[in-house]
Amino acid sequence: MDFIAIFSIFVLACFVGYFVVWSVTPALHTPLMSVTNAISSVIIVGALIASAAAGSATSKWLGLAAVVMASINIFGGFAVTSRMLAMYKKKER
Amino acid sequence: MDIQAILSAATGGHGAVNPYAAIAYLESGILFILALRGLSSPATAQSGNRFGMIGMTIAVVTTLLTHMPMKLGDATNSYTGVDPVGLIEILVAIGIGAVIGIVMARRIAMTAMPQLVAAFHSLVGLAAVAVAAAAYLNPVAFGIADAAGQIHVVSRVEMGLGIAIGAITFSGSVIAFLKLNGNMSGSPIMLPGRHIINLGTLAAIVALTAYFTQDQSPWVFWTITGLSFAIGFLLIIPIGGADMPVVVSMLNSYSGWAAAAMGFTLGNTAMIITGALVGSSGAILSYIMCRAMNRSFISVIAGGFGADDSGGGAGGSKEQRPWKPGSAEDAAFLMSQAENVIIVPGYGMAVAQAQHALREMADQLKKEGVNVKYAIHPVAGRMPGHMNVLLAEANVPYDEVFELEDINGEFAQCDVAFVIGANDVTNPAAKTDKTSPIYGMPVLDVEKAKTVLFVKRSMGGVGYAGVDNDVFYMDQTMMLLGDAKKMTEQIVKAM
Repeated sequence: MDFIAIFSIFVLACFVGYFVVWSVTPALHTPLMSVTNAISSVIIVGALIASAAAGSATSKWLGLAAVVMASINIFGGFAVTSRMLAMYKKKER
Repeated sequence: MDIQAILSAATGGHGAVNPYAAIAYLESGILFILALRGLSSPATAQSGNRFGMIGMTIAVVTTLLTHMPMKLGDATNSYTGVDPVGLIEILVAIGIGAVIGIVMARRIAMTAMPQLVAAFHSLVGLAAVAVAAAAYLNPVAFGIADAAGQIHVVSRVEMGLGIAIGAITFSGSVIAFLKLNGNMSGSPIMLPGRHIINLGTLAAIVALTAYFTQDQSPWVFWTITGLSFAIGFLLIIPIGGADMPVVVSMLNSYSGWAAAAMGFTLGNTAMIITGALVGSSGAILSYIMCRAMNRSFISVIAGGFGADDSGGGAGGSKEQRPWKPGSAEDAAFLMSQAENVIIVPGYGMAVAQAQHALREMADQLKKEGVNVKYAIHPVAGRMPGHMNVLLAEANVPYDEVFELEDINGEFAQCDVAFVIGANDVTNPAAKTDKTSPIYGMPVLDVEKAKTVLFVKRSMGGVGYAGVDNDVFYMDQTMMLLGDAKKMTEQIVKAM
Protein backbone atom coordinates (compact mmCIF):
# COMPACT_ATOMS: atom_id res chain seq x y z
CA MET A 1 0.00 0.00 0.00
CA ASP A 2 1.35 3.43 -0.70
CA PHE A 3 2.19 5.81 2.08
CA ILE A 4 -0.65 8.26 1.44
CA ALA A 5 -3.29 5.51 1.66
CA ILE A 6 -1.87 4.26 4.95
CA PHE A 7 -1.51 7.77 6.28
CA SER A 8 -5.16 8.49 5.47
CA ILE A 9 -6.26 5.44 7.43
CA PHE A 10 -4.10 6.59 10.33
CA VAL A 11 -5.50 10.12 10.41
CA LEU A 12 -9.10 8.90 10.20
CA ALA A 13 -8.44 6.34 12.93
CA CYS A 14 -7.11 9.12 15.17
CA PHE A 15 -10.42 10.93 14.77
CA VAL A 16 -12.37 7.78 15.51
CA GLY A 17 -10.18 7.23 18.56
CA TYR A 18 -10.75 10.76 19.77
CA PHE A 19 -14.55 10.48 19.67
CA VAL A 20 -14.74 6.92 20.96
CA VAL A 21 -12.46 7.61 23.91
CA TRP A 22 -14.34 10.76 24.97
CA SER A 23 -17.51 8.67 25.09
CA VAL A 24 -15.94 6.24 27.57
CA THR A 25 -17.44 6.77 31.02
CA PRO A 26 -14.82 8.01 33.54
CA ALA A 27 -15.76 5.13 35.85
CA LEU A 28 -14.21 2.76 33.29
CA HIS A 29 -10.95 4.61 32.65
CA THR A 30 -8.85 1.94 34.34
CA PRO A 31 -10.35 -0.89 32.23
CA LEU A 32 -9.88 1.42 29.23
CA MET A 33 -6.17 1.54 29.95
CA SER A 34 -5.86 -2.19 30.41
CA VAL A 35 -7.81 -2.99 27.26
CA THR A 36 -5.86 -0.47 25.16
CA ASN A 37 -2.79 -2.14 26.57
CA ALA A 38 -4.01 -5.49 25.33
CA ILE A 39 -4.91 -4.27 21.87
CA SER A 40 -1.70 -2.29 21.38
CA SER A 41 -0.04 -5.69 21.54
CA VAL A 42 -1.34 -6.20 18.02
CA ILE A 43 2.35 -5.51 17.44
CA ILE A 44 2.48 -9.30 17.75
CA VAL A 45 1.73 -9.28 14.00
CA GLY A 46 5.21 -7.91 13.36
CA ALA A 47 6.69 -10.33 15.86
CA LEU A 48 5.04 -13.32 14.14
CA ILE A 49 6.35 -12.21 10.73
CA ALA A 50 9.86 -11.92 12.15
CA SER A 51 9.75 -15.31 13.86
CA ALA A 52 8.45 -17.08 10.75
CA ALA A 53 10.93 -15.52 8.34
CA ALA A 54 13.99 -17.33 7.12
CA GLY A 55 17.26 -15.57 6.52
CA SER A 56 18.39 -14.19 9.87
CA ALA A 57 18.62 -16.23 13.06
CA THR A 58 18.96 -13.13 15.27
CA SER A 59 15.91 -11.62 13.68
CA LYS A 60 13.95 -14.83 14.28
CA TRP A 61 14.84 -15.00 17.96
CA LEU A 62 14.07 -11.32 18.46
CA GLY A 63 10.72 -12.08 16.85
CA LEU A 64 10.06 -15.02 19.17
CA ALA A 65 10.98 -12.93 22.21
CA ALA A 66 8.58 -10.25 21.02
CA VAL A 67 5.87 -12.92 20.55
CA VAL A 68 6.27 -13.92 24.22
CA MET A 69 6.14 -10.32 25.43
CA ALA A 70 3.17 -9.39 23.28
CA SER A 71 1.31 -12.56 24.33
CA ILE A 72 1.78 -11.74 28.01
CA ASN A 73 0.15 -8.43 27.28
CA ILE A 74 -2.66 -9.79 25.16
CA PHE A 75 -3.72 -12.55 27.52
CA GLY A 76 -2.94 -10.57 30.67
CA GLY A 77 -4.57 -7.40 29.38
CA PHE A 78 -7.82 -8.99 28.28
CA ALA A 79 -7.99 -11.21 31.39
CA VAL A 80 -7.48 -8.39 33.86
CA THR A 81 -9.95 -6.18 32.00
CA SER A 82 -12.57 -8.86 32.13
CA ARG A 83 -11.82 -9.45 35.82
CA MET A 84 -12.35 -5.76 36.56
CA LEU A 85 -15.47 -5.42 34.45
CA ALA A 86 -17.06 -8.38 36.20
CA MET A 87 -16.94 -6.38 39.44
CA TYR A 88 -19.06 -3.51 38.16
CA LYS A 89 -22.59 -4.21 39.33
CA LYS A 90 -25.79 -2.25 39.36
CA LYS A 91 -27.78 -1.54 42.49
CA GLU A 92 -29.97 -4.48 43.53
CA ARG A 93 -33.57 -3.43 43.60
CA MET B 1 -10.35 -20.10 -1.44
CA ASP B 2 -8.07 -22.55 0.36
CA ILE B 3 -5.07 -21.86 2.52
CA GLN B 4 -2.56 -22.73 -0.17
CA ALA B 5 -4.02 -20.13 -2.49
CA ILE B 6 -3.93 -17.51 0.27
CA LEU B 7 -0.37 -18.47 1.05
CA SER B 8 0.75 -18.13 -2.54
CA ALA B 9 -1.01 -14.81 -2.83
CA ALA B 10 0.76 -13.64 0.30
CA THR B 11 4.19 -14.65 -0.89
CA GLY B 12 3.59 -13.23 -4.33
CA GLY B 13 6.22 -10.57 -3.97
CA HIS B 14 7.23 -7.69 -1.79
CA GLY B 15 4.69 -4.99 -1.30
CA ALA B 16 1.97 -7.11 -2.84
CA VAL B 17 -1.01 -7.00 -0.52
CA ASN B 18 -3.02 -10.13 -0.03
CA PRO B 19 -6.61 -8.84 -0.27
CA TYR B 20 -8.03 -11.50 2.08
CA ALA B 21 -5.45 -10.70 4.72
CA ALA B 22 -6.03 -6.97 4.27
CA ILE B 23 -9.77 -7.43 4.84
CA ALA B 24 -9.11 -9.57 7.90
CA TYR B 25 -6.81 -6.93 9.42
CA LEU B 26 -9.38 -4.25 8.71
CA GLU B 27 -11.95 -6.39 10.49
CA SER B 28 -9.80 -6.70 13.58
CA GLY B 29 -9.23 -2.95 13.51
CA ILE B 30 -12.99 -2.42 13.52
CA LEU B 31 -13.45 -4.93 16.34
CA PHE B 32 -10.90 -2.96 18.40
CA ILE B 33 -12.91 0.22 17.84
CA LEU B 34 -16.00 -1.65 19.08
CA ALA B 35 -14.03 -2.84 22.10
CA LEU B 36 -13.46 0.75 23.19
CA ARG B 37 -16.98 1.74 22.23
CA GLY B 38 -18.30 -0.90 24.65
CA LEU B 39 -16.66 0.94 27.52
CA SER B 40 -19.15 3.80 27.24
CA SER B 41 -21.25 1.97 29.84
CA PRO B 42 -20.52 -0.79 32.37
CA ALA B 43 -23.50 -2.69 30.91
CA THR B 44 -21.86 -3.09 27.49
CA ALA B 45 -18.23 -3.22 28.59
CA GLN B 46 -17.89 -7.01 28.84
CA SER B 47 -19.16 -7.55 25.32
CA GLY B 48 -16.76 -4.84 24.14
CA ASN B 49 -13.90 -6.73 25.74
CA ARG B 50 -14.97 -9.85 23.86
CA PHE B 51 -14.92 -7.92 20.57
CA GLY B 52 -11.33 -7.03 21.41
CA MET B 53 -10.43 -10.67 21.99
CA ILE B 54 -12.04 -11.71 18.69
CA GLY B 55 -10.21 -8.92 16.87
CA MET B 56 -6.89 -10.03 18.30
CA THR B 57 -7.58 -13.67 17.40
CA ILE B 58 -8.34 -12.67 13.81
CA ALA B 59 -5.14 -10.63 13.56
CA VAL B 60 -2.97 -13.42 14.99
CA VAL B 61 -4.54 -16.22 12.94
CA THR B 62 -4.33 -14.17 9.72
CA THR B 63 -0.66 -13.47 10.30
CA LEU B 64 0.06 -17.11 11.11
CA LEU B 65 -1.68 -18.28 7.95
CA THR B 66 -0.04 -15.78 5.63
CA HIS B 67 3.40 -16.02 7.25
CA MET B 68 3.87 -19.69 7.98
CA PRO B 69 7.47 -20.61 8.69
CA MET B 70 8.56 -22.32 5.46
CA LYS B 71 11.13 -25.01 4.84
CA LEU B 72 13.65 -24.02 2.22
CA GLY B 73 14.26 -26.49 -0.57
CA ASP B 74 17.78 -27.73 -1.26
CA ALA B 75 19.54 -30.00 -3.74
CA THR B 76 18.17 -33.28 -2.36
CA ASN B 77 14.75 -32.12 -1.31
CA SER B 78 12.65 -29.68 -3.21
CA TYR B 79 9.85 -29.70 -0.60
CA THR B 80 9.18 -26.15 0.47
CA GLY B 81 6.15 -26.63 2.66
CA VAL B 82 5.44 -25.53 6.20
CA ASP B 83 8.26 -25.99 8.67
CA PRO B 84 6.67 -27.76 11.65
CA VAL B 85 9.50 -26.94 14.07
CA GLY B 86 9.24 -23.26 13.31
CA LEU B 87 5.49 -23.35 13.82
CA ILE B 88 5.83 -25.18 17.13
CA GLU B 89 8.36 -22.60 18.33
CA ILE B 90 5.90 -19.83 17.63
CA LEU B 91 3.02 -21.62 19.34
CA VAL B 92 5.21 -22.34 22.37
CA ALA B 93 6.14 -18.64 22.54
CA ILE B 94 2.45 -17.70 22.51
CA GLY B 95 1.74 -20.35 25.15
CA ILE B 96 4.45 -19.08 27.49
CA GLY B 97 3.12 -15.56 27.17
CA ALA B 98 -0.45 -16.74 27.75
CA VAL B 99 0.42 -18.56 30.98
CA ILE B 100 2.45 -15.65 32.39
CA GLY B 101 -0.17 -13.10 31.38
CA ILE B 102 -3.15 -14.98 32.78
CA VAL B 103 -1.41 -15.76 36.06
CA MET B 104 -0.45 -12.09 36.50
CA ALA B 105 -3.98 -10.96 35.67
CA ARG B 106 -5.54 -13.37 38.19
CA ARG B 107 -3.17 -12.66 41.06
CA ILE B 108 -2.83 -8.88 40.92
CA ALA B 109 -4.45 -6.90 43.72
CA MET B 110 -6.72 -4.11 42.48
CA THR B 111 -4.69 -1.54 44.44
CA ALA B 112 -1.68 -2.61 42.36
CA MET B 113 -3.38 -2.02 38.99
CA PRO B 114 -1.21 1.02 38.13
CA GLN B 115 1.96 -1.06 38.53
CA LEU B 116 0.53 -3.84 36.39
CA VAL B 117 -0.44 -1.43 33.65
CA ALA B 118 3.03 0.16 33.77
CA ALA B 119 4.60 -3.30 33.53
CA PHE B 120 2.41 -4.15 30.55
CA HIS B 121 3.36 -0.89 28.85
CA SER B 122 7.02 -1.70 29.24
CA LEU B 123 6.43 -5.04 27.50
CA VAL B 124 4.68 -3.39 24.54
CA GLY B 125 7.60 -0.99 24.28
CA LEU B 126 10.21 -3.73 24.40
CA ALA B 127 8.27 -5.86 21.92
CA ALA B 128 8.15 -2.88 19.54
CA VAL B 129 11.91 -2.47 19.87
CA ALA B 130 12.46 -6.17 19.21
CA VAL B 131 10.21 -6.11 16.15
CA ALA B 132 11.88 -2.99 14.75
CA ALA B 133 15.30 -4.55 15.32
CA ALA B 134 14.17 -7.78 13.65
CA ALA B 135 12.87 -5.79 10.68
CA TYR B 136 16.18 -3.93 10.48
CA LEU B 137 18.17 -7.17 10.50
CA ASN B 138 15.92 -8.96 8.02
CA PRO B 139 14.23 -6.25 5.92
CA VAL B 140 13.49 -8.57 2.98
CA ALA B 141 11.19 -10.69 5.17
CA PHE B 142 9.18 -7.58 6.02
CA GLY B 143 8.99 -6.51 2.38
CA ILE B 144 10.64 -3.17 3.09
CA ALA B 145 13.86 -3.57 1.12
CA ASP B 146 14.77 -3.39 -2.53
CA ALA B 147 16.63 -6.15 -4.36
CA ALA B 148 20.01 -4.89 -3.16
CA GLY B 149 18.97 -5.14 0.50
CA GLN B 150 18.63 -1.37 0.89
CA ILE B 151 15.71 -0.46 3.16
CA HIS B 152 13.22 1.99 1.63
CA VAL B 153 13.73 5.55 2.85
CA VAL B 154 10.15 5.90 4.14
CA SER B 155 10.52 2.62 6.02
CA ARG B 156 13.72 3.86 7.63
CA VAL B 157 11.94 6.91 9.04
CA GLU B 158 9.07 4.74 10.30
CA MET B 159 11.53 2.28 11.77
CA GLY B 160 13.52 5.02 13.48
CA LEU B 161 10.33 6.44 14.98
CA GLY B 162 9.11 2.98 15.98
CA ILE B 163 12.28 2.05 17.78
CA ALA B 164 12.59 5.45 19.47
CA ILE B 165 9.01 5.46 20.76
CA GLY B 166 9.21 1.79 21.72
CA ALA B 167 12.43 2.25 23.67
CA ILE B 168 11.13 5.37 25.45
CA THR B 169 7.95 3.49 26.35
CA PHE B 170 10.01 0.62 27.74
CA SER B 171 12.49 2.48 29.90
CA GLY B 172 9.93 5.10 30.98
CA SER B 173 7.48 2.40 32.04
CA VAL B 174 10.14 0.53 33.97
CA ILE B 175 10.85 3.67 36.02
CA ALA B 176 7.11 4.33 36.43
CA PHE B 177 6.66 0.73 37.61
CA LEU B 178 9.51 1.00 40.13
CA LYS B 179 8.11 4.28 41.50
CA LEU B 180 4.53 3.00 41.72
CA ASN B 181 5.62 -0.31 43.23
CA GLY B 182 7.69 1.46 45.87
CA ASN B 183 11.01 -0.07 44.71
CA MET B 184 12.13 3.45 43.99
CA SER B 185 11.36 6.61 45.94
CA GLY B 186 8.37 8.51 44.60
CA SER B 187 10.16 11.78 45.15
CA PRO B 188 11.56 13.34 42.00
CA ILE B 189 15.23 12.78 41.22
CA MET B 190 16.64 15.98 39.78
CA LEU B 191 19.81 15.75 37.76
CA PRO B 192 21.68 19.00 37.31
CA GLY B 193 21.21 20.40 33.83
CA ARG B 194 18.62 17.75 33.03
CA HIS B 195 16.68 19.95 30.60
CA ILE B 196 19.81 20.45 28.53
CA ILE B 197 20.68 16.75 28.68
CA ASN B 198 17.13 15.75 27.70
CA LEU B 199 16.81 18.25 24.87
CA GLY B 200 20.27 17.34 23.60
CA THR B 201 19.42 13.64 23.61
CA LEU B 202 16.11 14.25 21.83
CA ALA B 203 17.84 16.41 19.23
CA ALA B 204 20.45 13.70 18.72
CA ILE B 205 17.71 11.08 18.18
CA VAL B 206 15.97 13.28 15.60
CA ALA B 207 19.24 14.08 13.82
CA LEU B 208 20.32 10.44 13.76
CA THR B 209 16.90 9.36 12.42
CA ALA B 210 17.35 11.90 9.62
CA TYR B 211 20.86 10.61 8.97
CA PHE B 212 19.54 7.03 9.02
CA THR B 213 17.66 7.77 5.79
CA GLN B 214 21.02 8.35 4.11
CA ASP B 215 23.07 5.69 5.80
CA GLN B 216 21.59 2.46 7.10
CA SER B 217 24.75 1.33 8.91
CA PRO B 218 24.25 -0.62 12.12
CA TRP B 219 25.91 2.00 14.34
CA VAL B 220 23.24 4.57 13.40
CA PHE B 221 20.41 2.19 14.17
CA TRP B 222 21.81 0.97 17.48
CA THR B 223 22.78 4.48 18.62
CA ILE B 224 19.18 5.61 18.08
CA THR B 225 18.06 2.60 20.11
CA GLY B 226 20.50 3.27 22.95
CA LEU B 227 19.74 6.99 23.15
CA SER B 228 16.00 6.29 23.16
CA PHE B 229 16.32 3.89 26.08
CA ALA B 230 18.31 6.57 27.90
CA ILE B 231 15.83 9.38 27.23
CA GLY B 232 12.89 7.30 28.50
CA PHE B 233 14.77 6.82 31.74
CA LEU B 234 15.84 10.48 31.99
CA LEU B 235 12.34 11.77 31.24
CA ILE B 236 10.58 9.85 34.01
CA ILE B 237 13.03 9.98 36.95
CA PRO B 238 12.41 13.67 37.70
CA ILE B 239 8.64 13.18 37.82
CA GLY B 240 7.15 12.85 41.29
CA GLY B 241 4.77 10.19 42.58
CA ALA B 242 1.79 12.56 42.52
CA ASP B 243 2.10 12.97 38.76
CA MET B 244 2.24 9.24 38.08
CA PRO B 245 -1.38 9.08 36.80
CA VAL B 246 -0.33 11.47 34.02
CA VAL B 247 2.83 9.51 33.32
CA VAL B 248 1.04 6.17 33.11
CA SER B 249 -1.53 7.65 30.71
CA MET B 250 1.23 9.24 28.65
CA LEU B 251 3.12 5.96 28.36
CA ASN B 252 -0.17 4.32 27.37
CA SER B 253 -0.31 6.80 24.53
CA TYR B 254 3.31 6.11 23.53
CA SER B 255 2.74 2.37 23.39
CA GLY B 256 -0.01 3.10 20.87
CA TRP B 257 2.17 5.36 18.72
CA ALA B 258 4.88 2.68 18.76
CA ALA B 259 2.39 0.14 17.40
CA ALA B 260 1.24 2.64 14.77
CA ALA B 261 4.80 3.29 13.62
CA MET B 262 5.34 -0.46 13.15
CA GLY B 263 2.01 -0.60 11.35
CA PHE B 264 3.32 1.94 8.84
CA THR B 265 6.43 -0.18 8.30
CA LEU B 266 4.36 -3.27 7.64
CA GLY B 267 1.49 -1.53 5.86
CA ASN B 268 -0.84 -3.24 8.32
CA THR B 269 -4.25 -1.60 8.89
CA ALA B 270 -4.97 -3.44 12.15
CA MET B 271 -1.79 -2.04 13.69
CA ILE B 272 -2.39 1.46 12.37
CA ILE B 273 -6.00 1.65 13.56
CA THR B 274 -5.05 0.22 16.95
CA GLY B 275 -2.08 2.52 17.28
CA ALA B 276 -4.22 5.55 16.55
CA LEU B 277 -6.91 4.40 19.02
CA VAL B 278 -4.50 3.67 21.83
CA GLY B 279 -2.44 6.77 21.11
CA SER B 280 -5.44 9.07 21.30
CA SER B 281 -6.83 7.23 24.31
CA GLY B 282 -3.65 7.76 26.31
CA ALA B 283 -3.40 11.36 25.19
CA ILE B 284 -6.98 12.10 26.25
CA LEU B 285 -6.48 10.41 29.63
CA SER B 286 -3.30 12.44 30.21
CA TYR B 287 -5.25 15.58 29.38
CA ILE B 288 -8.08 14.62 31.78
CA MET B 289 -5.57 13.93 34.56
CA CYS B 290 -3.70 17.20 33.97
CA ARG B 291 -6.96 19.13 34.00
CA ALA B 292 -8.02 17.44 37.24
CA MET B 293 -4.79 18.55 38.90
CA ASN B 294 -4.73 21.94 37.15
CA ARG B 295 -1.26 21.16 35.89
CA SER B 296 -0.07 21.78 32.38
CA PHE B 297 1.25 18.79 30.52
CA ILE B 298 4.56 20.57 29.98
CA SER B 299 5.04 21.22 33.69
CA VAL B 300 4.37 17.54 34.45
CA ILE B 301 6.94 16.46 31.89
CA ALA B 302 9.43 19.04 33.12
CA GLY B 303 9.07 17.25 36.44
CA GLY B 304 9.93 18.15 39.99
CA PHE B 305 6.43 18.47 41.47
CA GLY B 306 6.50 17.86 45.22
CA ALA B 307 10.25 18.41 45.40
CA ASP B 308 10.30 22.02 46.51
CA ASP B 309 8.29 21.91 49.72
CA SER B 310 9.82 25.20 50.74
CA GLY B 311 7.89 26.70 53.62
CA GLY B 312 4.81 24.51 53.14
CA GLY B 313 2.64 26.95 51.23
CA ALA B 314 0.94 30.12 52.26
CA GLY B 315 0.11 31.86 55.51
CA GLY B 316 2.54 30.06 57.82
CA SER B 317 0.29 27.04 58.10
CA LYS B 318 2.28 25.60 60.98
CA GLU B 319 0.43 27.70 63.56
CA GLN B 320 -1.87 25.77 65.86
CA ARG B 321 -5.53 26.19 65.04
CA PRO B 322 -8.38 24.70 67.04
CA TRP B 323 -10.08 21.64 65.62
CA LYS B 324 -12.80 19.37 66.89
CA PRO B 325 -12.08 15.70 67.51
CA GLY B 326 -14.84 13.15 67.25
CA SER B 327 -15.39 9.50 68.05
CA ALA B 328 -16.78 6.60 66.04
CA GLU B 329 -19.97 6.80 68.13
CA ASP B 330 -20.46 10.46 67.26
CA ALA B 331 -19.96 9.68 63.59
CA ALA B 332 -22.39 6.75 63.70
CA PHE B 333 -25.03 8.88 65.39
CA LEU B 334 -24.63 11.83 63.03
CA MET B 335 -24.82 9.70 59.93
CA SER B 336 -27.77 7.57 60.99
CA GLN B 337 -29.72 10.76 61.77
CA ALA B 338 -28.87 12.18 58.35
CA GLU B 339 -31.01 12.13 55.24
CA ASN B 340 -28.23 12.41 52.69
CA VAL B 341 -24.64 11.24 53.14
CA ILE B 342 -21.91 11.69 50.54
CA ILE B 343 -18.80 9.58 50.95
CA VAL B 344 -15.57 11.04 49.55
CA PRO B 345 -12.95 8.28 49.28
CA GLY B 346 -9.31 8.94 48.45
CA TYR B 347 -6.25 6.83 47.91
CA GLY B 348 -5.64 6.65 51.67
CA MET B 349 -8.85 4.61 51.91
CA ALA B 350 -7.43 2.10 49.45
CA VAL B 351 -4.06 1.95 51.19
CA ALA B 352 -5.83 1.12 54.47
CA GLN B 353 -7.98 -1.47 52.61
CA ALA B 354 -11.03 0.19 54.09
CA GLN B 355 -13.30 -0.17 51.05
CA HIS B 356 -15.08 -3.28 52.30
CA ALA B 357 -15.72 -1.80 55.74
CA LEU B 358 -16.88 1.37 54.03
CA ARG B 359 -19.40 -0.52 51.94
CA GLU B 360 -20.70 -2.26 55.09
CA MET B 361 -21.15 1.14 56.67
CA ALA B 362 -23.04 2.35 53.62
CA ASP B 363 -25.23 -0.77 53.70
CA GLN B 364 -26.09 -0.12 57.37
CA LEU B 365 -26.96 3.48 56.59
CA LYS B 366 -29.14 2.47 53.66
CA LYS B 367 -31.00 0.06 55.93
CA GLU B 368 -31.80 3.00 58.17
CA GLY B 369 -33.18 4.89 55.19
CA VAL B 370 -30.22 7.16 54.60
CA ASN B 371 -29.49 8.14 51.03
CA VAL B 372 -25.80 7.30 50.38
CA LYS B 373 -23.70 8.42 47.42
CA TYR B 374 -20.02 8.32 46.61
CA ALA B 375 -18.15 11.29 45.13
CA ILE B 376 -15.02 10.52 43.12
CA HIS B 377 -12.39 13.05 42.17
CA PRO B 378 -10.60 12.19 38.90
CA VAL B 379 -7.26 11.90 40.68
CA ALA B 380 -8.61 10.04 43.73
CA GLY B 381 -6.59 6.94 42.87
CA ARG B 382 -3.22 6.31 41.33
CA MET B 383 -4.47 6.07 37.77
CA PRO B 384 -7.53 7.27 35.85
CA GLY B 385 -10.66 5.54 37.16
CA HIS B 386 -8.72 3.62 39.82
CA MET B 387 -11.06 4.53 42.68
CA ASN B 388 -14.07 3.29 40.71
CA VAL B 389 -12.44 -0.11 40.31
CA LEU B 390 -11.58 -0.28 44.02
CA LEU B 391 -15.18 0.53 44.99
CA ALA B 392 -16.53 -1.93 42.43
CA GLU B 393 -14.31 -4.58 43.97
CA ALA B 394 -15.96 -3.90 47.33
CA ASN B 395 -19.36 -4.45 45.66
CA VAL B 396 -20.37 -0.82 45.65
CA PRO B 397 -22.98 -0.53 42.89
CA TYR B 398 -21.65 1.72 40.12
CA ASP B 399 -24.84 3.78 39.97
CA GLU B 400 -24.15 5.09 43.49
CA VAL B 401 -20.76 6.41 42.42
CA PHE B 402 -20.62 9.90 40.90
CA GLU B 403 -17.96 11.98 39.20
CA LEU B 404 -16.95 15.38 40.52
CA GLU B 405 -18.96 17.52 38.10
CA ASP B 406 -22.09 15.41 38.56
CA ILE B 407 -22.19 15.54 42.34
CA ASN B 408 -20.50 18.79 43.34
CA GLY B 409 -23.81 20.68 43.40
CA GLU B 410 -25.26 18.21 45.91
CA PHE B 411 -22.92 18.93 48.82
CA ALA B 412 -24.97 22.02 49.72
CA GLN B 413 -28.03 19.81 50.30
CA CYS B 414 -26.22 16.99 52.04
CA ASP B 415 -26.22 16.47 55.79
CA VAL B 416 -22.92 14.67 56.17
CA ALA B 417 -19.85 14.56 53.93
CA PHE B 418 -17.73 11.60 55.01
CA VAL B 419 -14.16 12.19 53.77
CA ILE B 420 -11.93 9.16 54.07
CA GLY B 421 -8.33 9.04 52.91
CA ALA B 422 -8.69 12.12 50.73
CA ASN B 423 -7.28 15.57 51.45
CA ASP B 424 -6.05 17.80 48.64
CA VAL B 425 -9.13 17.07 46.50
CA THR B 426 -11.35 18.63 49.20
CA ASN B 427 -9.18 21.67 49.94
CA PRO B 428 -11.13 24.91 49.41
CA ALA B 429 -7.81 26.78 49.11
CA ALA B 430 -7.77 25.54 45.53
CA LYS B 431 -10.71 27.86 44.90
CA THR B 432 -9.73 30.90 46.94
CA ASP B 433 -6.03 31.05 47.78
CA LYS B 434 -4.02 32.17 44.75
CA THR B 435 -0.74 31.44 46.53
CA SER B 436 -1.64 27.81 47.17
CA PRO B 437 0.26 25.28 45.07
CA ILE B 438 -3.03 23.58 44.24
CA TYR B 439 -4.83 26.81 43.28
CA GLY B 440 -7.12 26.25 40.30
CA MET B 441 -7.46 22.52 40.78
CA PRO B 442 -11.12 21.46 40.68
CA VAL B 443 -12.10 20.25 44.17
CA LEU B 444 -15.09 18.62 45.84
CA ASP B 445 -17.10 21.23 47.77
CA VAL B 446 -17.27 19.25 51.02
CA GLU B 447 -17.20 22.44 53.09
CA LYS B 448 -20.75 23.18 51.92
CA ALA B 449 -22.14 20.12 53.72
CA LYS B 450 -23.93 20.65 57.06
CA THR B 451 -21.40 18.38 58.78
CA VAL B 452 -18.03 17.15 57.57
CA LEU B 453 -16.57 13.98 59.04
CA PHE B 454 -12.91 13.77 58.16
CA VAL B 455 -11.18 10.45 58.69
CA LYS B 456 -7.45 10.98 58.90
CA ARG B 457 -4.51 9.16 60.42
CA SER B 458 -3.23 12.19 62.36
CA MET B 459 -3.33 15.97 62.26
CA GLY B 460 0.31 16.10 61.20
CA GLY B 461 0.37 14.55 57.77
CA VAL B 462 -0.80 16.50 54.78
CA GLY B 463 -1.56 15.36 51.25
CA TYR B 464 0.74 15.12 48.27
CA ALA B 465 0.82 18.83 47.67
CA GLY B 466 1.98 19.47 51.24
CA VAL B 467 -0.66 22.08 52.03
CA ASP B 468 -2.90 22.45 55.05
CA ASN B 469 -6.63 22.06 54.56
CA ASP B 470 -8.98 24.71 56.01
CA VAL B 471 -11.78 22.14 56.20
CA PHE B 472 -10.07 20.62 59.27
CA TYR B 473 -10.66 23.76 61.32
CA MET B 474 -14.20 24.62 60.34
CA ASP B 475 -17.01 24.63 62.90
CA GLN B 476 -19.00 21.92 61.17
CA THR B 477 -16.01 19.60 60.84
CA MET B 478 -15.33 16.69 63.14
CA MET B 479 -11.94 15.02 62.82
CA LEU B 480 -11.96 11.24 63.23
CA LEU B 481 -8.33 10.43 63.81
CA GLY B 482 -7.17 6.88 63.26
CA ASP B 483 -6.63 4.18 60.70
CA ALA B 484 -9.30 4.44 58.00
CA LYS B 485 -10.25 0.77 58.16
CA LYS B 486 -10.39 0.51 61.98
CA MET B 487 -12.32 3.76 62.25
CA THR B 488 -14.89 2.62 59.70
CA GLU B 489 -15.27 -0.74 61.44
CA GLN B 490 -15.84 1.02 64.77
CA ILE B 491 -18.48 3.21 63.18
CA VAL B 492 -20.26 0.13 61.82
CA LYS B 493 -20.18 -1.42 65.30
CA ALA B 494 -21.54 1.74 66.90
CA MET B 495 -24.57 1.86 64.61
